[in-house]
Amino acid sequence: MTDNANIDTYRRRFLGGTATALAGLSVAPGVFLHEVAQARPADEAVTSEVRWGMLIDTNKCANGCNDCVSACNEEHGLTGHGRPETDAQWIRKVDLRDKQTGHTQSLPLLCQHCEHPPCVDVCPTGASFKRADGIVLVDKHICIGCRYCMMACPYKARSFIHEDLQDQLPHAPRGKGTVESCTFCVHRVDNDRTPACVEACTAENHNAMVFGDINDPDSDISKQLRQHSSRQIRADLNLNTGVRYRGI
Amino acid sequence: MKQQIQFREIDGGMRFYSLLGFIGLFVLAGLGAAYFMEHNGHHVTGMTNQIVWGTPHVFAVFLIVAASGALNVASISSVFGKTPYKPLARLSGLLAIALLVGGLAVLVLDLGRPDRLIVAMTYYNFKSIFAWNIILYIGFIAVVAVYLWMMMERKMNAYTRPAGLTAFIWRLILTTGTGSIFGFLVAREAYDAALMAPMFIIMSFSFGLAIFILVLMAACKWSDRPLGDLILYRLKNLLGVFIAAVLYFVVVYHLTNLYITEHHGVERFILLDGGIYTNLFWFVQILLGSLVPLALLYHPATGKSRGWIGIASLLVIIGGLAQMYIIIIGGQAYPLELFPGMEVTSSFFDSGINAYAPSLPEVVLGVGGIAIALAAVVVGIRVLRFLPVSLADDQVDPHHAGKTAEATA
Repeated sequence: MTDNANIDTYRRRFLGGTATALAGLSVAPGVFLHEVAQARPADEAVTSEVRWGMLIDTNKCANGCNDCVSACNEEHGLTGHGRPETDAQWIRKVDLRDKQTGHTQSLPLLCQHCEHPPCVDVCPTGASFKRADGIVLVDKHICIGCRYCMMACPYKARSFIHEDLQDQLPHAPRGKGTVESCTFCVHRVDNDRTPACVEACTAENHNAMVFGDINDPDSDISKQLRQHSSRQIRADLNLNTGVRYRGI
Repeated sequence: MKQQIQFREIDGGMRFYSLLGFIGLFVLAGLGAAYFMEHNGHHVTGMTNQIVWGTPHVFAVFLIVAASGALNVASISSVFGKTPYKPLARLSGLLAIALLVGGLAVLVLDLGRPDRLIVAMTYYNFKSIFAWNIILYIGFIAVVAVYLWMMMERKMNAYTRPAGLTAFIWRLILTTGTGSIFGFLVAREAYDAALMAPMFIIMSFSFGLAIFILVLMAACKWSDRPLGDLILYRLKNLLGVFIAAVLYFVVVYHLTNLYITEHHGVERFILLDGGIYTNLFWFVQILLGSLVPLALLYHPATGKSRGWIGIASLLVIIGGLAQMYIIIIGGQAYPLELFPGMEVTSSFFDSGINAYAPSLPEVVLGVGGIAIALAAVVVGIRVLRFLPVSLADDQVDPHHAGKTAEATA
């Protein structure tokens, strides 16, 4: 009898313990992951109350300086294959010379992060999309590589990955056969940092690039935009670009 | 008494299998080219970040446009009630589906990620004309298949007209969608014109009919079935009208652009100093692809010769491919106008005309698409009753049997 009673006790304990363990196993990840999700500022930060923008002062942009481009390439691991026609370029330096007057200028050209992006309009799968905070991105998981966005972009801001990639960086995933472009360094912006190109320009003391929230009237970029006249490239298309230029 | 049209499958045997085998080689080569491009990445093609749509798109869009045009013969019969075209309606429907499948195959195989075809069919951005086209293309195949069923199943014959009307309206919407792929592109000088949609429709009439005439002549010849002058002369006269209509749209398009100062640059590029594009425009599209076939089709001597009618149709196809090449590749070769009045230089080829040379895999893939379409037709007429036993004049239209062929030439 006692043996039997002991067995019953053990059994009860075992069953009870197992049940508790199982309950813990099934509930804990939910609680744990929920806390992780809560802890991600990136999820909370994306709201249309913010609109990220960039102001580029071409008067300060030094002729022959390529620092913003190098910084971008390094930041995103855009190493290239020595084939400039097919290698990706997220930001490029453009030199202008007025045919009439001979006046020359230099400026960086990148994805203009339009409010009404033509690339997003034409994308058949919705892989091209605009975040609530105005950053235009490509979802590389559903990009089928049709390149219609590249046909539609007025700024030639996008690149198609023409060949195999090596040594990708964890924060800048890329994929052969898909389209990519400037992300405004979304991985930095979500952590309260400025894009790599802006950082490089500032580090050289050129200060030709200012990044910030153009919806916030007290931000540096908003103040500068209010104070000085600026232009959108191809303003005639009415895309309300996030990137503005001074001096062109 | 109304004469019943007899349809029969073509015979099997050596001739059938040799033809299928010959076409099959091109299909295999096309698939091989696609594998080569996908495996290595698109850098092995002539396509770049400047010319993002290359030769495969020229073939694909041409085939898709021609597909909707190939259905015209059936529409003339079912929708507009022209009985002489009735014996041709089934072949017309089959050719329409086959050409579309061939064109779509090229389009899909040229994607950066053709393995994600299922994504294209499950994720839709309804603001994209491309997404709508995916629905329109798949729908077209279904609508024409039902239309063919109504025509081929005697019990369903009563529904041929509504089915034909649906297919006709569907094809008009489809080609509007294809033209709008370019018409809706606001950024590029050569596109951004509502005219693209109707121009593509009229191009489809011409290209589709040219292919139809060649396929019909070949099918009748190789299956030893009579093809009367009556129906052939009707078709070739219609082709002449369509060629002229395409020319009209081309003239209106360029006149409009020539009037608008903003577009003078791109017009100068295409019409005057664009090198290969200018040559293709004047010598291939206009002269060889439009004026010469017009003369051949309407000249009293050549217009009655089957050989010349065939050559004229072939020239229309070559001219059509040239026209697509100019629209698709020429339109990208001309640079984006970002800074008007400025000389632009950069590391990303902003400075001038973008270079492009078609690579072998691209051409092989494009030809593979044509081969897929032709293989589908050959198999189709072998297994089902698409082709009439006879298209002799008295079979086509008994009332015209007494008249001489000259009257209609």
